[in-house]
Amino acid sequence: MRNAFAKAIAGLAAADERVVLLSGDIGNRMFDKFKEQFPGRFYNCGVAEANMVSLAAGLAMSGLRPYLYTITPFVTYRVLEQIRVDLCYHHQPVVIVGTGAGLSYASLGATHHSCEDIAVMRALPGMTVVCPGDPPEVGAAVKATVGCDGPVFLRIGKKGEPAVHASTPELRIGRAITVRPGRDVCILSTGNVLPLACETAQALEASNLVAGVMSMHTVKPLDVEMLEEAFFGRFRLVVTLEEHSLLGGLGGSVAEWLVDRCVSETSATPAKLLRVGTQDHFHHEAGDQDHYRALHGLTVEAITARITSVVQPESATTPLLSTPYPAPQTR
Amino acid sequence: MIQTTTARAGLTDDPHVLAEHAARIRARVVRLSHQGDSPHLGSALSCADILSAAYFGVLRLDPRRPDDPDRDRFILSKGHAVSALYATLGYRGFFDVSLLEKFNQAGTNLPEQPSPGCLPGVEAATGSLGHGLGIGAGMALAGRIANRDYRVYVLMSDGECNEGSVWESAMFAGRAPGSNGGGQALSNLCAIVDFNGWQATDRSRGVLALEPLADKFRAFGWNVVEADGHDPRKLTEVMRGVPDSSGKPLAIIAKTVKGRGVSFMQDDNNWHYRIPTEAEVATAQKELGVVA
Repeated sequence: MRNAFAKAIAGLAAADERVVLLSGDIGNRMFDKFKEQFPGRFYNCGVAEANMVSLAAGLAMSGLRPYLYTITPFVTYRVLEQIRVDLCYHHQPVVIVGTGAGLSYASLGATHHSCEDIAVMRALPGMTVVCPGDPPEVGAAVKATVGCDGPVFLRIGKKGEPAVHASTPELRIGRAITVRPGRDVCILSTGNVLPLACETAQALEASNLVAGVMSMHTVKPLDVEMLEEAFFGRFRLVVTLEEHSLLGGLGGSVAEWLVDRCVSETSATPAKLLRVGTQDHFHHEAGDQDHYRALHGLTVEAITARITSVVQPESATTPLLSTPYPAPQTR
Repeated sequence: MIQTTTARAGLTDDPHVLAEHAARIRARVVRLSHQGDSPHLGSALSCADILSAAYFGVLRLDPRRPDDPDRDRFILSKGHAVSALYATLGYRGFFDVSLLEKFNQAGTNLPEQPSPGCLPGVEAATGSLGHGLGIGAGMALAGRIANRDYRVYVLMSDGECNEGSVWESAMFAGRAPGSNGGGQALSNLCAIVDFNGWQATDRSRGVLALEPLADKFRAFGWNVVEADGHDPRKLTEVMRGVPDSSGKPLAIIAKTVKGRGVSFMQDDNNWHYRIPTEAEVATAQKELGVVA
């Protein structure tokens, strides 16, 4: 994902001379091409993230479009007040790019994990929260941020994630992408667990459950039109999946929406909601991302077991829809 | 670009005129504190000469065009002293001074600390300390990127220099030539420290190891001038010198007196929070020789 970002930001800078890239002393060699092409528009701000955020506000107030790039905890929790005051209160078009989000840097310990960042960032007034699901979505999301007039949190993973999309999808902020249609179960995935969502949907076929997958790349604003269809349409179970805490992330957002929705409309019975995410405590042991996902129950087996415990096939004789992945489409 | 002739329009070289502006600002903020039931009067009084020197002696701007991309920028990072900024902007012609009557009244756009774009001429919403220098550095960097020759002035309090973010920004602005995006320091940036020796609850020298403040800025790659923060001639001379030929940003350590101009408020930190009575307003304005 981060290589996709490097490529996309260079393309964006070529098309828009307002684009300025600020790095918090990371991305060794990754931005060489950018620096070579746009030497006056790349600044290594050092290990000094508070200044980096305020600096970006000053650049944006002067008509430029800054992109901040560093490891997620350091450009979210550490500088929350700078983001809140300088970017959100002033409503400046600054894109905060958090790399290595979730458990991407699992082996570095919880100092480098970010499983609360979506919750924190989406609570800020005026903040848009975008979590692309794979490298092609990263490229599309970077382009889409140009249309935002306020601050954006762009949450990306590390390098080497598999591409779910065969080509760059059409991505509109606030509109989920249908990755796989379904009938019984709808998996709403945000961020770097999109491949896991697809593998889970595939595995559910063995239980005669037809699961659809939506890449809900935008957590704020929510795609409420899609949620309306998911909860009050053909599905019996909606699953939110994220490499993030159950507190305040995608699952929390959808639960809030659903409660409010049911207050205003009491006659319809919505699909059940199952939230899958990380646990509300730190783990202290060594291990890579897969190891940590297993600790949090973020595996195909664990998720499939939870899903099949709450929903069964309506009839063993019901014909299944075709199962191969269709071409992703934007709603 | 602002031409030199028009850029100097509305500015004066006369220190007596600048002192008169400062006295009027002081008289007004004393009354605003009473009318608006708003504290931090001592902090507003200590920076009146700095604001007067900046807006009436230094800043190249046109109050009728507050968004001019070539204007000099002034950020009041110590946002709790905003009554002094509002008064200064009003007297400088950014808006009708009758607006000041609405200071801190519910539903108006003159809050007790400045909100974004609350009035023409207010460059940034401040109040949480330690943000202004970073924002100012961003504006200064943007000026360099866009090849514009405006200057950026940021007024901080001495207590504000407790904030680590100030020193992150100072380190960025003072960085030496290198390979980092051209590398030169932000010579179009000027930090002014209103060093009145007090912070909210104690002498600023006693709370943290603030001193030697000038040496700290020098160590971060800045030029430093220590000046009497109530001397309009010196303040305008130093501020007009930005950018100088050294290529470094400038820090002005302005030695001031909290509550300056009113005998019973001077150097008395109770006036960080106290609100003057109507009788105290009258006494203060009599001492200042101005009714505003």
